[in-house]
Amino acid sequence: MEFIKSNKFNIILIALALVIPFGVYPVFLMKVLCFGLFAAAFNLMLGFVGMLSFGHAAFLATGGYVTGYLMSNADLTPELGILCGTLASAVLGYLFGSLSVKREGIYFAMVTLALSQLLFFFFLQAPFTEGENGLQGIPRGKLFGFIDLNNNLSMYYFVLAVFLLGFWLIYRSVHSPFGQVLKAIRENEPRAISLGYSVRQYKLMAFVLSAALSGLAGSTKALVFQLESLTDAHWQMSGEVVLMTLVGGMGTIFGPLVGAAVVVGIENFFSGGELGTYIHIIMGLIFIICVLAFRNGIVGEFNKFVKNNF
Amino acid sequence: MNKLVLATAVALGLALTQVQAEGISDDKVKIGVLADMGGTYADVCGKGCVAAVEMAIADFGGKVLDKPIEVVSADDQNKPDVGSAVVREWLDKDKVDAIGGIVASSVGLAAAKVANEAKKPLLISTAGSPAFTTKQCSPYNAHWAYDVVALANGTVKPLVAAGKKKWFFITADYEFGHALEKVSAGVIEKNGGEVVGSVKVPLGTTDYSSYILQAQSSGADAVALANAGKDFVNSLKGASEFGLNKQATMVGLLVFSSDVQALDPALIADMRLTTGFFSEMDDKTKEWSQRFKEKFGKTPTMGQAGAYSATLHYLNAVKEAGTDDGDAVMAKMKATKPDDFFARNAELRADGRMVHDMYQVRVKKADERANDDDIFALEQTLAGNEVYLPMDAACDFSKK
Repeated sequence: MEFIKSNKFNIILIALALVIPFGVYPVFLMKVLCFGLFAAAFNLMLGFVGMLSFGHAAFLATGGYVTGYLMSNADLTPELGILCGTLASAVLGYLFGSLSVKREGIYFAMVTLALSQLLFFFFLQAPFTEGENGLQGIPRGKLFGFIDLNNNLSMYYFVLAVFLLGFWLIYRSVHSPFGQVLKAIRENEPRAISLGYSVRQYKLMAFVLSAALSGLAGSTKALVFQLESLTDAHWQMSGEVVLMTLVGGMGTIFGPLVGAAVVVGIENFFSGGELGTYIHIIMGLIFIICVLAFRNGIVGEFNKFVKNNF
Repeated sequence: MNKLVLATAVALGLALTQVQAEGISDDKVKIGVLADMGGTYADVCGKGCVAAVEMAIADFGGKVLDKPIEVVSADDQNKPDVGSAVVREWLDKDKVDAIGGIVASSVGLAAAKVANEAKKPLLISTAGSPAFTTKQCSPYNAHWAYDVVALANGTVKPLVAAGKKKWFFITADYEFGHALEKVSAGVIEKNGGEVVGSVKVPLGTTDYSSYILQAQSSGADAVALANAGKDFVNSLKGASEFGLNKQATMVGLLVFSSDVQALDPALIADMRLTTGFFSEMDDKTKEWSQRFKEKFGKTPTMGQAGAYSATLHYLNAVKEAGTDDGDAVMAKMKATKPDDFFARNAELRADGRMVHDMYQVRVKKADERANDDDIFALEQTLAGNEVYLPMDAACDFSKK
């Protein structure tokens, strides 16, 4: 247990992340990292504040569309494009958040779902998103004006850097006084109120942070695949991120990344073969097994096992 | 001395690029088939396209230049993001040499962006958007079976001439439907008709009632269905439930044999449409269709027949060029005229459009059909040059 919490462990993980693209297909890894960041951002709300948003696809897609559109039309460098996408998602997060944090539980989930569906139909109809076709052929561009990202390896290291930045931000937030207040709200909201915390403000801050990081993930993903489509805005995407977080382990630091790797891995594995048409059934079964057999998720169960045995 | 070293290095470099351009890369030729395997368009291409490509490889002998030929396939779920990710992985990881299938135009155009960049031939059998050979043309596209321009010219023109002047469109809401509606509307207006209204419907819709009612209240005397596959079947069924087919002529702009077979003959009998292939046309098509049916169990559609024809032409070009290098193979494919049961009086133009005879057919009534496959009666053969767009000068790659 000590080892897992030590710096050595983190260094080993980062070293592993640096060499792994030489053995595994980099685009697959980038997809895992993007969804890992997305799920981690989602987990910040679900796992640490106890707010179940069912509209997080809206932020992923907004980041992607804004970055995609600007990269294609405004000739920005990738880091600026991603920054704009992230900011757009943060602003949207503020709007959605101020409307939805007044409600709790199922009502909160429904408000976020409704808002994200509104946005889905906006993206479907708005001319700049190209409807069902999606934004195609988004240029990856040159990072800081000189590093060509069209090479999959350099793109991978860029995505890894973005991921680590986002992940570090989440880790710091969770382990800061701000994070303590969030956990207090999760455990007992009336008590947090009675202690004098303005709970709504804290929830809104968590919401905006989560939305911005989801937007960061979406922006990066749009550059990786050079494509942004309605799939990202669809409510199924909001469901998928719940699945990733639960499979990996809600309220753990590494859970969302592991969950994203499992879900993306399964999708990739089955998409080519004969079982492709059954992918949704397989995902459903995994979801059921997770909820019934190990509720803490993979990382949650692993942590429990380590704690009990070492 | 230095100059000598430099000259040697340059010569070596040149020699190396020469070597790379010849022979078969990684000792096999791999063809990826991308199609919707379980959704709206599963019947028009889907696993049948995979079977058709496999059949072409078997007929070719299973080997080219003594190297094995392999097939990989994937389900694109009609989603551009899924399709382009699959193609990217095929090209990066699996070293796929050419890509076939391609159904939904939105997916096809996304896949084309990736494949064109990697300079790999894209054999588009079932997608209809003219963008593959116009605004998004590339020297590596081979657009095979049909396109929406040919359909509009073949189907719409004679109907306008026959007195159908007011048209309403029920259009699939993405690249293919938009293109089909735009081109058809152009043909209608040029021939003295008018478009009185149109409605865009999401891909994969099952309940068409509200759209049918809009068509009904528009007062049109022809209702064009600018959609395909299960969308076409569902919209036509909806039209008959509301009696729209009695009030106006229903026009299927893109109809595959699988759609006709899925419908009650009474619903679709006597509809006039344009196709690039039908199985009962003559002995050559019958012979091939019979073999396909034995292998796959279903009557081949225009898309599946096109996938076979394109694959065979590609493999012949690989053999003649002596390499699977994209540039060399595409040059050979364009230099040789395709000629088989599917491609008649055909040529693959410099812009990637495969121009071939198209057929204007009438759907037979139930009592006219000799067997399940006998669904179309040939009305007129349309010469390719008359129905396809002339080459866009910007896309003439032979001059570049």
